[in-house]
Amino acid sequence: MLVAELKPYNETKSFIEKYQSILVVGCGGCTSLCNAGGLRETEALAAKLRRDTGVNIKSVTIERQCEDEFVIELSRMMEGVDAVLSLGCGAGVQLIAEQFINIPIYPALNTKFVGTSHDRRVFIERCRSCGECRLGSTAGICPITRCAKGLQNGPCGGSENGMCETGNGRECAWCLIIERMKAQGRLHELEAFCEPVQWPGQAPERFECGMGVK
Amino acid sequence: MTLKDKLLNGDFVVTGELGPPRGCDADVVRKKAAMLKGVVDAVNITDNQTAIVRMSSLAASVICLSEGVEPVMQMTVRDRNRIALQSDLLGASALGIQNILCLSGDHQSFGDQPGAKGVNDIDSIQLLYTARRICEEKKILHSDKPLTSAPELFIGAACNPFAEPTDFRPIQLKKKIDAGAHFIQTQTIYDIPAFREFMKRIVDMGLHEKAYILAGVMPLKSAMMASYLNDKVPGVIVPQQVIERLKGVPKERVADEGIEQSCEMINELRTIEGVHGIHIMAIEWEHRVKDIVERSGLDKRIHK
Repeated sequence: MLVAELKPYNETKSFIEKYQSILVVGCGGCTSLCNAGGLRETEALAAKLRRDTGVNIKSVTIERQCEDEFVIELSRMMEGVDAVLSLGCGAGVQLIAEQFINIPIYPALNTKFVGTSHDRRVFIERCRSCGECRLGSTAGICPITRCAKGLQNGPCGGSENGMCETGNGRECAWCLIIERMKAQGRLHELEAFCEPVQWPGQAPERFECGMGVK
Repeated sequence: MTLKDKLLNGDFVVTGELGPPRGCDADVVRKKAAMLKGVVDAVNITDNQTAIVRMSSLAASVICLSEGVEPVMQMTVRDRNRIALQSDLLGASALGIQNILCLSGDHQSFGDQPGAKGVNDIDSIQLLYTARRICEEKKILHSDKPLTSAPELFIGAACNPFAEPTDFRPIQLKKKIDAGAHFIQTQTIYDIPAFREFMKRIVDMGLHEKAYILAGVMPLKSAMMASYLNDKVPGVIVPQQVIERLKGVPKERVADEGIEQSCEMINELRTIEGVHGIHIMAIEWEHRVKDIVERSGLDKRIHK
């Protein structure tokens, strides 16, 4: 899932104060799961903005902001709306902007990373979408994402007690990889040289999916 | 003779370190180079060490060359992508630099630009591979089109024998040597018995015959520095008796005691099988390197 967090309230307020009427749009997808942009957060933010500003504020939470079929549903609410405040991720914000090109849009969230949820409370970054998945050779732990230096061929000299020298409670990805490979009797596999990644996203990516496994 | 020639010749070598200034004053580099000239065989020029913006390693290396000091240009993969790194390899060679040291670099969060994007397009082992490919195959990465001319570089890598996970370190060293490292400089060593154990594994693996290993020595300036290294720097173990010895001498004699300890360590490290030289890390203590080299008898190292 994509993990996002609410922007500081005053920043969000400053976006919309100059308008007469806005639509606050929540998302039932990833940002809902990380308690940033779902129905509950959307209604709470809309209520606070109503109280603190003179702006006329409507609110709605749609299924997912990253799918055109759900975004199109917003058409019926756009009459008289001067601007949109989105609680979707960066992708969602852009899709709404694309569907309603004459209406200014503002993000209420900062999109942070692709990660996992733990007790719906802690979120850990797991994937940098490199487009060349090598998790099979690193015991299911991504060093590009979880090593602070993105090292692909083994650890740097900076781990201590299994923790990364950059601190903040980060575990050393390579300590985890080596420990797990050892436990699986596969340590020798890490002797192989890992070639440089051919990074995708050098220009915006586009992709048409096929029909699954043939 | 160059560093490479001396090692090929079987000489025991000494390398030093020079940190470029936080400014554009070439004289700072010249003065430090003068302190190391004729004292060590080559000098590592650090690449924005501790992730603090400084004069570039390439520029300071060229200044050293003009002063008659052979540089080992450090290159981290933190700040440059593969285009810039390969271009700088060619450029450095064109300017007369013959030695490089491939590093991952201190993380940007430790320096004065914590919001900088860490590039890490390739890692340090992939840089070793890239440098070797350029030199030996005359080709850049992912291209079969030969270069019009290729550099002849003596390629180095770093190794921290004591960093976790320690049992992986010999494998990591082998990976570096297989990828392209001709020589290795280790992190600073204070725990000689632990280093002996490490080198035994390296010799058993035959790695000491595939690359030249230079043992790292960093003189301790104070007991506080020793405790700091031990407590705060991952992979640096300073045995308690080393710290106690520094505490046991009067304040004005502590620096001298640190140098004495370095000399004793150098003399022990010299006897360990597979050690081909000493790398002295004395940043901002460049003026004391001569003293260390002379007092440890390294100035009489024999050029066979």
